[in-house]
Amino acid sequence: MDLAQSAPVVWLLPALPLAGFLVNGALSLLPAWRDGDAPVSATRRTVVSVVGVGVMAAAFVLAVTLVVQLANGATEGIAGSLGTWMAAGDLRVDWTLRLDRLSGVMALVITGIGTLIHLYSTGYMAADAGFARYFAYLNLFVAFMLVLVLGDSLPVLFVGWEGVGLASYLLIGFWFGETANADAGKKAFVTNRIGDFGLLIGMFLLFAHLGTLDIPEIIARRADLSAAVATAICLFLFLGCAGKSAQLPLYVWLPDAMAGPTPVSALIHAATMVTAGVYLIVRMGALFAMSPVASLVVMVIGAVTAIWAALVGLKQWDIKKVLAYSTVSQLGYMFMAAGAGAYTAAMFHLVTHAFFKALLFLGAGSVIHAMHEGLHHAHVDADPQDLRNMGGLGKRMPVTATLMWIATFAIAGVPPLAGFFSKDAILTGLAARASSHDAPIAQAGLLGVPGSVWLWFAWGVGLVTAFVTAVYMTRLMRYAFTGTFRSGDVVAEGIHDAPMSMRLPLLALGLLTLAGGWLELPPVLPLGPVELLTHWLAPVTAAPMTALAGTPHLAHATEYLLIGIAIAAAAAGIIVAFVALEPARLATKDAAPAETGIGRVLANDYFVDTAIARVVTGPITAGSRAVLWRGIDLGLLHGVLATGSATLLRSVSWVGGQLQAGVAGGYAWAIALGALVLFAVFTLR
Amino acid sequence: MIREALIVSAILFSIGVAGVLVHRNALLLFMCVELMLNAVNLTLVAFSRLHGTSGQVFVVLVMTVAAAEAAIGLAIVIGVFRHYRTVDMGRIRLLRG
Repeated sequence: MDLAQSAPVVWLLPALPLAGFLVNGALSLLPAWRDGDAPVSATRRTVVSVVGVGVMAAAFVLAVTLVVQLANGATEGIAGSLGTWMAAGDLRVDWTLRLDRLSGVMALVITGIGTLIHLYSTGYMAADAGFARYFAYLNLFVAFMLVLVLGDSLPVLFVGWEGVGLASYLLIGFWFGETANADAGKKAFVTNRIGDFGLLIGMFLLFAHLGTLDIPEIIARRADLSAAVATAICLFLFLGCAGKSAQLPLYVWLPDAMAGPTPVSALIHAATMVTAGVYLIVRMGALFAMSPVASLVVMVIGAVTAIWAALVGLKQWDIKKVLAYSTVSQLGYMFMAAGAGAYTAAMFHLVTHAFFKALLFLGAGSVIHAMHEGLHHAHVDADPQDLRNMGGLGKRMPVTATLMWIATFAIAGVPPLAGFFSKDAILTGLAARASSHDAPIAQAGLLGVPGSVWLWFAWGVGLVTAFVTAVYMTRLMRYAFTGTFRSGDVVAEGIHDAPMSMRLPLLALGLLTLAGGWLELPPVLPLGPVELLTHWLAPVTAAPMTALAGTPHLAHATEYLLIGIAIAAAAAGIIVAFVALEPARLATKDAAPAETGIGRVLANDYFVDTAIARVVTGPITAGSRAVLWRGIDLGLLHGVLATGSATLLRSVSWVGGQLQAGVAGGYAWAIALGALVLFAVFTLR
Repeated sequence: MIREALIVSAILFSIGVAGVLVHRNALLLFMCVELMLNAVNLTLVAFSRLHGTSGQVFVVLVMTVAAAEAAIGLAIVIGVFRHYRTVDMGRIRLLRG
């Protein structure tokens, strides 16, 4: 059967996890299944797991089938429509999904890694009372994520965009019993609203100038846009991307989002949702190619974010916070590449990052899981996520440790692991464009500085970030896995490596981390060139890449030099972390001295949250209290309108009541005076 | 001539009104009301000099009604007195709504 012919088969992709959401969601609402205090029984857990993981596996198989179909022709992609969503005047939006080569890659990552993380969750969340609710939310997220990447028009994409925001909010605040978790969910949602505003404005501008919101049509008719309009649209779209993908200045929600369960952090806040911004830029690459200035902005923001967050990662003690800042930093890397017009490199890093960052998060999850059990075993009340409370875990959980070391070397950029190739693709891409003479982006200017300078700047920042990344990741690994355990022997007895349901996804991701880089090898390396991803994505990305960057080329000698520098940076970072850090002298969290100086600034994320509280939320809260609450609500609405009108009526009726005293004499007086008044009126007029 | 009659009638009426307003005793009120009626009668008689006898017909009518009213009114006063042991109108507040 030719799947491409039976039109809405693409819709099955999001429909499968959506069905899982409906089933598990309905189960989680049954009185007997609802969140209680006790863990869910094994039978119920099996039902939920089979549904939750089953739909994901089915979606993955379907995605593979469709992508194979795509590879055998169907250059326009496999589209499926469920009819018209809205038609008003010139606006007509169809419920159309399209699986093309770009969205195919994303769909594979989402369903593939999604399946692994669902599987992992069956072990990680086993003791949780909200098991069914958790899987319902996770399925819901995947359904919306697939709508996001497959949406053929911006409104449909926006449905997914908002939907993943909702699922993210629900999962960050999954343990809403604690205010901090619920607050983190709200923070993520509100911060994303700022970005969504930009995305909406971008969409409005597109509709105003092109009269369509279908992505293929926008790209086909982009020549109708003037340069200035294109720049404005791209910048507004990028604001949306910065919100969703946690770039400066909208990144503050992502570290807090770690309040959710760890597999959620792996799936949503590392591998898939946060890469939606990168995806959108690559998807709209033809538009960004029209505006080198907007592209430079994307690149510079990405570069600054990369180093900004990486430095914070140096001083975080919460194992998930380190990984969160690392994610922000690596997303910055992707935006650097996307801004420079290296769309393939951006997608390459997106894919490999999904592999090794999911592995790191799931590894961290199994560490937290084990620490939790150990502390529980010993009846000790301590933070299971704090690196200072760990140490020497490598001996107790060798599988997790080995796989996390692999992921660490991958993210640090050690060959021949996945991260090395994708990072190298980005850095050489930047350098090639910077030294190119025919790249429009190198000739454009931003703030009076030529593009080539900005490109070299991004390259340098990328290199420094690679070094810092190697340092903070090695630091995490050394503090967690080497040396001696710092929380006491009793706790250590309770620590065991991950159970099988958690170990399998770790192993699978480990394999992908080892092999993922071979999607794309530069020609100068042995076994190269391999250009699977470049060829695969060429129908989507080749034209915009040429339009923005020409055909940049580096001499082989230069390329060897760049690769050497990158490896040296990674190696230096790892060595520095090994030489300079002293895990043996580390005190546990409760006994640790307060940070001072620059360390205090980094540990507190440059006090950005404090500054936002002072400058933005504080005044808004104070103003709301003084004006809206005390002034308008208590004063005007309550005081004047509600109470005031009652008081007025009461006094008027009191006067009336006094007139009706029931004393005949009083009435006589009233009649007499009234007659007198009438007499006066009629005679004196 | 008519002018003086009207002045007298106005004075009598005002005395009646003032009495009604000032007094509380039901009998006194009653007498004041009669005074007002008779002041009006005087006016009617005075005007009948100008406009023919219809004014005097009215006077007879008013006197008849006043007589009937006096009978009923006094009966009510007696009824009130029997019930409340007083005819002080300030203390009878049955009109209160």
